[in-house]
Amino acid sequence: MFQELTDKLEAVLHKLRGHGTLNEKNIAESMREVRRVLLEADVNYKVAKQFIADVEQRALGQEVLRSVTPGQMVVKIIHDEMTRLLGEKEAPLVFGRSLPSVILLAGLQGSGKTTFAGKLARHLRKKGRTPLLVAADIYRPAAVEQLKVLGRSLDIQVYSEENRDAAAIAAHALDHARKNLLDTAIIDTAGRLHIDEEMMAEVARIKEATSPAEILFVADSMTGQDAVTTARAFLERLDFSGVVLTKMDGDARGGAALSIRAVTGKPIKFVSSGEKLDQLEPFHPDRLASRILGMGDVLSLVEKAQEAVDLEKAVKLEKKLRRAEFNLEDFLDQLQQLKRMGPLQDILTMIPGAQAKAFKGMQVDDKALIRVEAIIRSMTVKERNNPNILDGSRRKRIARGSGTSVQEVNRVLNQYNMIVKMMKTMKHGGRGMRLPTGF
Amino acid sequence: MLDLFKKFQHGLARTKSGLVEGVQRIINQARGIDEEVLEELEELLILSDLGVATTETVIENLRQRSRESGRIEPGEVLELLKQELIAQLGPGGQAAAGPEEPVHQPTVISVVGVNGAGKTTTIGKLAHLHASRGRKVLLAAADTFRAAAAEQLEIWKDRAGVEIIPSQSGADPASVAFDSLKAAMARHVDYLFIDTAGRLHTKENLMAELEKIHKVLARQCPGAPHEVLLVIDATTGQNGLSQARRFAEAVKVTGLVVTKLDGTAKGGIVFSIARELGIPVRYVGLGEKIDDLQRFDPQTFVEALFA
Repeated sequence: MFQELTDKLEAVLHKLRGHGTLNEKNIAESMREVRRVLLEADVNYKVAKQFIADVEQRALGQEVLRSVTPGQMVVKIIHDEMTRLLGEKEAPLVFGRSLPSVILLAGLQGSGKTTFAGKLARHLRKKGRTPLLVAADIYRPAAVEQLKVLGRSLDIQVYSEENRDAAAIAAHALDHARKNLLDTAIIDTAGRLHIDEEMMAEVARIKEATSPAEILFVADSMTGQDAVTTARAFLERLDFSGVVLTKMDGDARGGAALSIRAVTGKPIKFVSSGEKLDQLEPFHPDRLASRILGMGDVLSLVEKAQEAVDLEKAVKLEKKLRRAEFNLEDFLDQLQQLKRMGPLQDILTMIPGAQAKAFKGMQVDDKALIRVEAIIRSMTVKERNNPNILDGSRRKRIARGSGTSVQEVNRVLNQYNMIVKMMKTMKHGGRGMRLPTGF
Repeated sequence: MLDLFKKFQHGLARTKSGLVEGVQRIINQARGIDEEVLEELEELLILSDLGVATTETVIENLRQRSRESGRIEPGEVLELLKQELIAQLGPGGQAAAGPEEPVHQPTVISVVGVNGAGKTTTIGKLAHLHASRGRKVLLAAADTFRAAAAEQLEIWKDRAGVEIIPSQSGADPASVAFDSLKAAMARHVDYLFIDTAGRLHTKENLMAELEKIHKVLARQCPGAPHEVLLVIDATTGQNGLSQARRFAEAVKVTGLVVTKLDGTAKGGIVFSIARELGIPVRYVGLGEKIDDLQRFDPQTFVEALFA
């Protein structure tokens, strides 16, 4: 997609070559493509319009750097501008002086408040705080129960009571927190429509009763054009202090975030992806900008790889590869590094062009990795270093030991043999090609 | 930095309803259709989440028609646009009648969608709808993943006055579906609703799980599920098309339910879904109360874009 945008811009700006500057005409033409990309990413129509006007201004008269083509130059300007708009510096959570410090969550129905509440509680405890979850959604069936289940699984206290007054529940929860020396109260409120006067008044009452240090507007990253309407209405009523983007593990490009940021000026504080309670990340404006522009989350991918890969081992491996001495022990090592990068599904979504269809039908099965690992672990050291000795009876033993079948053991060995073969051709080809780490 | 946001806020001051009035005024000034009018209409459609491709098609058709007919009276412009929009909903748009009568005993209806779209609420309303017509309804709590999902369905069961096959948290959803269908056949119910867990369409393993649930149903009762309703949140933007595409690839989606239309979002993505995938809209959800569900009516839906 990034490639697509760059290609389109290259085509439009083709004539520019030899001129060396971006001018009104070639910019205007390329901006039409940019506009389309933005609208397809769910950036609000008017926000897109304003954004493009700004970029156009900035791009005008810029000299095209010698090293880059005009298309890349324009994309860079757009990316920089979008990153700037999304937030230049990190916006950490603010805590109040009085205890407990209150974090109030608000948003539309189904935006993911309750799941986020659980994630946030876990996150804060890891940071050394003692959170209390407050169940102030008295409307949605079983909402309180949902929070209680989350609390139980995290071993974090949940405050709830039979009461038809959510503001009173919240106030009582703060007393409870003070008595039990809990320093942070996370208030999970009911989902509400911004045009529901009664419900908006209720959340305003909760705010009044608890004086939160943070009010977070929880927004679904799949939201379309209406994001600006809702965000503005919640801002007017609550003056929220930050935004949380949820369900970022899907393939939505997340343009709504740009819209919300543009109309409210409030920082995006968290990005939440996945239903598991440890899937919460701080917000990186540059990465979201890439995603909105369809550039894939290359940076996150690189970072994850850096975190997971042991450099020393990588150097050793490269040497081995050159000598074509790659054995099953090394194979196992590689698998473990890959596993440390997180679920394969998450990694795939970060690869540019992997959005939507590219990986359709591709088996993304983390369990397959575990089975391969089990198979190799069921071998003796001798076998791992010298796979040639693996005869029928050894394979049978390995299959039994790893809880797999001989066919699966054969498959792993075939894969290994293919890698070895590939390396031999590389060696003979004599080119200094580097295998991507992780594989 | 503040100025940066001021600019955006100012640009957005005009409300949506003001927009429609503005469009009509420009149409009147232009005495019909001109490029400025088309641009305003384009904005209106994009703001309703129709997406660039569908919007361009609609606008192009309108331009074509105005060229062919020579002159279009100011009073007719919006009417023509509405006709175009209804046409985009396809044959599904006109004949969007779900099985109002049971097609089989039991008629199995599986309800699927991403997290937070409103599946459970929709099932509560549909159960009520059929039960109030004297039909025997059974619910299957096949969302065994999300915390307290079964409890939520349990409450809807009580409200609708129907029966439920409960499940254990963490149980295999396919086996819950299997048990429910067995019970539905034994008890001679008219409708069995399968409440599946919310899943993002990009998660291969969860989509495979959904396929498995459906396979298990079909094995036990050929033809089941007789209807597969994909629930789409009206606030969803262009990602809705990707959702529909992936769900339709995994299971045979027979209809859409558009929820949360009581807000300010217009649910325009269903035009693209109907156009590209030919999936008709069956129902619209208009609130959290048990009777806040209506049969889909293309005319009303299109009118609402201009409200």
